[in-house]
Amino acid sequence: MVTESAHEFETQDLLLNVGPQHPSTHGVFRMVMQVDGEVVRDIIPYIGYLHRGAEKLCETMDYRQGIGFMDRTEYLAAMNAELSYVMAVEKLAELEVPDRAQWIRMILVELNRLASHLMFMGAFGIDVGVFGTPFIYAWREREAIIDLFEEISGDRMMYAYLRPGGLAWDVPTNFVARTREVLTAVRQGIADFDGLLTKNEIFVARTQGIGYISAADAIDFGMSGPSIRASGVPLDVRREEPYLKYDEIKWDVITEQDGDVYARYLCRLGEMHESVKIVEQCLERLQPGAIMPEKMPRMLRTPPGEVYIRTEAPRGEFGVYMVSKGGNRPYRLKVRSACLSNLQALKHMSVGQYVADAIIVLGSIDIVLSEVDR
Amino acid sequence: MPEGLFGLNPWLDGLIRLLLIVGLMTVVAMGLIYIERKVLGRFHARVGPQRTGPFGLLQSVADALKLIGKEDLRPRNADPWTFEFGPYMVFIPIFLGFVVQPFMAGFNVRVLDLGILYFVAVSSVSIVGWVMAGWGSDNRYAMIGGMRAAAQAISYELPFVLSLLSVSMLTGTLNINQIVEGQAVVPNIVWQPLAFVIFFIAALAELNRPPFDIPVGESEVVGGPFVEYSGIRWSMFFLGEYASLFIMSVLISALFLGGYVWPFGTELGVGFQLVLTVIKAALLIFLIIWVRASVPRLRIDQLMGYAWKILLPLSLAQVLINGFVLTYHLPMPVLTVVGFGGIFLLSWLTERAIRKPRAARASAIALQSEAAS
Repeated sequence: MVTESAHEFETQDLLLNVGPQHPSTHGVFRMVMQVDGEVVRDIIPYIGYLHRGAEKLCETMDYRQGIGFMDRTEYLAAMNAELSYVMAVEKLAELEVPDRAQWIRMILVELNRLASHLMFMGAFGIDVGVFGTPFIYAWREREAIIDLFEEISGDRMMYAYLRPGGLAWDVPTNFVARTREVLTAVRQGIADFDGLLTKNEIFVARTQGIGYISAADAIDFGMSGPSIRASGVPLDVRREEPYLKYDEIKWDVITEQDGDVYARYLCRLGEMHESVKIVEQCLERLQPGAIMPEKMPRMLRTPPGEVYIRTEAPRGEFGVYMVSKGGNRPYRLKVRSACLSNLQALKHMSVGQYVADAIIVLGSIDIVLSEVDR
Repeated sequence: MPEGLFGLNPWLDGLIRLLLIVGLMTVVAMGLIYIERKVLGRFHARVGPQRTGPFGLLQSVADALKLIGKEDLRPRNADPWTFEFGPYMVFIPIFLGFVVQPFMAGFNVRVLDLGILYFVAVSSVSIVGWVMAGWGSDNRYAMIGGMRAAAQAISYELPFVLSLLSVSMLTGTLNINQIVEGQAVVPNIVWQPLAFVIFFIAALAELNRPPFDIPVGESEVVGGPFVEYSGIRWSMFFLGEYASLFIMSVLISALFLGGYVWPFGTELGVGFQLVLTVIKAALLIFLIIWVRASVPRLRIDQLMGYAWKILLPLSLAQVLINGFVLTYHLPMPVLTVVGFGGIFLLSWLTERAIRKPRAARASAIALQSEAAS
């Protein structure tokens, strides 16, 4: 008799806990997947394992001390995070940043974008399942960039190099030549990734059509950065509200139309080419000059007011909301994390697909947990 | 093969051969671990092990000592019997497969007339160990990994066996030594290029090597069935993995590349035969490591689809064509031509499966998610 067999064969879904200690969660992210065989039915994300109260701590410190906390908030793109913070302070204190400092800042944030995207390439390669090769390739070129940053700022990860008003000190005299060397290395690195992953048949089969999100949905989730540009939305703060000197040089906003994991990968690859172009133009325009405004007070105090500054970090819009009630420290600081907003779309993108797909979808939105949890 | 080695009594002889297997395989597997780490290091643009002994040669020894010294943990809820016997079920069949491997003329553990059948039979037993380890660990990653391993083994066993069959059709025997000696003039790869390619792919899947390392998928199921193992039991899995890599390479070289013979004369010394076998196997091992360093992992449905929709029909077609050629005494070069045609067909089908229009795939997934929610 087969009348009621459909009911008898109903099986229970499996709850699969992924993280906080798992090789593919890129930090201490935890998600509980409801799995039917190999198919993901539901995802419940848990965040907060890396919450340190960085925003609250910044309120207890003066403006210069807060820079260090921005480094730790976004440790893979510390320059970009610092930039948002110091720009917010500058706007509050109405400081005028000298040209040279602006050009150098632009070079540094674009180089840091390159370093961050290289990190994404490497980690994503491992998520897709290549044994280590892309990771080491990525780190080879990232190392060149980090070395340059170390020569400039004295640190490999927590630079604390930007200051409200300009830079902590001027760059070394061989900065231009060294940066050109780094760019040569990075160009080679991008070519290597093209050869290793972009055209690889298994990579294409694994990533195309996976983790699809439409432009409308991406906007609804408040995504930003390469993750939304891969869905065909040309949203780039550098183009929408040009800061630094982005309106004076030629570069393109990279968009892809397909909105899948492969498109997000291609988008980042294209952005690396663009960053190289931007840095080259900046190097040509770089002139000697001052790096700090002439009249800087010994202790920076801001008039009362509030300000929201957003910049385009590698992962999307990194915003800093700052309230001042006078004095030398912010009254309230809030960081708008691109990763947190992008992460909201994870469930939307991965339900109905395989467990392995959910992993690469998580990899493709490139989260940094210290930025999500702050 | 004489009745007893050195004219000893059969039991003693058997014991010596057994010890030989265990000793040799352990040494070979440890050597392979070192070689893989060194070669992979080069692929990764780094140096690989270099601190333990000259050129890092003692790395495997150091690792083995460390693993032996580790605590042998068993999760509290694990099923003691399946958990503890899982590693042996993986390990022993792989060693049994060693019995029929031809290294030199007249020197392997046993020359069996049904050597291929024996090898296929024992090597597929080890999958029971994978499932036991996956089930017994009481871990969900392990269970998913074990189930994946079972599905994969069942799928790839078929093209694997069918391409073995097409080789033995050509030589008319299941005895591996006779197959090797039949290739004294022309190695089988010339007549059966398609079967070689299919066999190589299926062997990668049997070995759970990338791109088919789905059961152990490091980034998804974190080691699959092995996730709860530690110390000596874990090292048994590891050793078994490399032992089977070695066995499979020797088998492929014996079946397709002519094992211990070559086309330039048959009067070879025993040492030279061994060198030939080892060189051919080493080439294959290098190729397998190369594949590991450069390709991503397939997804479970892609893996199954590839076996059932592409590899299986093509290997069946190869068997059919072999039958035609042998029955009607067509000239042998027909097989070569057809084989290369088959390889092109295989590549074309693979390409077509991959280059599916993205829009179609995305909409299929959208439907799937709708059904799920």
